[in-house]
Amino acid sequence: MQFMLLIYGDETIWANMPEAETKRTMQAYVEYSKALAASGILRGGSELASVGAATTVRVRNAKVLTTDGPFMETKEQLGGYYLIEVASLDEAIQWAAKIPSAAFGSIEIRPQTANQALSQV
Amino acid sequence: MLARALDALQRRDGGRVLALLIRQFRSFDLAEDALQDAYAKALQRWPADGVPDNPAGWITTVARRSALDRLKRQLRQVSIECAPVAASDAPDMAGMDEEASPIPDERLRLIFMCCHPALAQPAQVALTLRSLCGLTTREIARAFVEPEPTTAQKLTRVKRKIAQTGIDCELPDPNEFVARLASVLAVIYFVFNEGYVASTGSDLLRPNLCTEAIRLGRLLHDLLPEQAEVAGLLALMLLHESRREARTDAHGALVVLEDQVRSNWNHDQIAEATALLDAALLRRRPGPYQIQAAIAALHAHAPTAAETDWLQICALYSGLLRHLPTPVVELNAAVALAMSTSIDDGLKWIDRIEQSGALDQYHLLHAAKGDLLRRSGRMDDARVHYQKARDLATNQGERCYLERRILELSKDQ
Repeated sequence: MQFMLLIYGDETIWANMPEAETKRTMQAYVEYSKALAASGILRGGSELASVGAATTVRVRNAKVLTTDGPFMETKEQLGGYYLIEVASLDEAIQWAAKIPSAAFGSIEIRPQTANQALSQV
Repeated sequence: MLARALDALQRRDGGRVLALLIRQFRSFDLAEDALQDAYAKALQRWPADGVPDNPAGWITTVARRSALDRLKRQLRQVSIECAPVAASDAPDMAGMDEEASPIPDERLRLIFMCCHPALAQPAQVALTLRSLCGLTTREIARAFVEPEPTTAQKLTRVKRKIAQTGIDCELPDPNEFVARLASVLAVIYFVFNEGYVASTGSDLLRPNLCTEAIRLGRLLHDLLPEQAEVAGLLALMLLHESRREARTDAHGALVVLEDQVRSNWNHDQIAEATALLDAALLRRRPGPYQIQAAIAALHAHAPTAAETDWLQICALYSGLLRHLPTPVVELNAAVALAMSTSIDDGLKWIDRIEQSGALDQYHLLHAAKGDLLRRSGRMDDARVHYQKARDLATNQGERCYLERRILELSKDQ
């Protein structure tokens, strides 16, 4: 089954990270993505631009309302995601624990349901 | 008569059959419904046909058939495009007869599944009691003094999470086994403690959670005889349980260890626990449950309170602190230090714990402090702490005990 691994973290940690460490972490991400691909379970994923670039959209009374910023102001922000296909939650947990940001942020694991956009078109 | 036999069968073999069905059909709800069908059919058929030679085998076969029938009916309702996966997954029923071979034991997988760390502990507990102990939703609600719909909702939610997240009914990887086992042991010990402390209410129809936890401990020990910590937990629970009769007086007030009538302890349970613990310790894989059991065993084997081997208990607590560095364990270690070496040093340690604020609302901190102050003759200070403990305690038996202490100290003045 497919799981979304949502990567949450405090953006200021990244902003204040010494350059050498940022480089190391990014390299760890590259290695991690390669490991997912080599295992044949990678279905997608990306880093997301900072919440400063976020726009939130709501439709109320048939009017589109856009607001600057994320849906919720929280201490930890969604910074990126992976979509993987594995047999069980246990496997997903094992992969989630290897995401470099798991060491200082948190990874939320969400299973996908049968309602997938690509299967509906 | 038949209903009683079925009840007993359900208690003894229900968990095992359910575990098998869950593993085969990968659905909690389907397995539970199918098992209920089988019991209903037994009530219908056995009076006329007689009880089969292998009742558990009969129930298993009938439940499997019912599960398949239910699956087929579901498939007919769902459109054909969605069906092929489920249809090809359906187990092959050919060659199954009612004199079935022994039922493979899938309960270990079921325990690990129910206690999966991705589930919240209240849900782990409810699901374990439901599926492995065969408690009804109503019984679980009674046991935790919560409204039945709350328990029902908790169970529905947790089953949904299991179904949606693909929590596996496979055993954990060897490299995760110990961590996952810890979560199973924590659930069982939680159930035991709930029963032991019974912090709220008194309801005669409450199922005995201590008995259920010991049942689970025995089951797990049977399934994993080589795991020293499993034996340690079982020994620990038996040692606590052995004092059940002695720890309350005729009025329901708590009787502390020191004042208990030792001949009222259950010596069969103590002997069983000691044998379990001795065998476990030989495996040289120490862990927090074995150490706690060893401490309880030293208390159990002291002929009188005065003869308690506090020095060894003190050493065991420092070992336990390495495994479980929690403020409560630290408090117990401080008491052991006071009893074995120096009351003043023990009190100083408790003061440090108190200042850290970690046990602010914990009545036993003040009870322990009151007790040590009383032993060192500082009666006024002792009374203040007994009073604090009484105000924080929620259990009626404990409050009675503390009340009595306060009264005694007032008389001594």
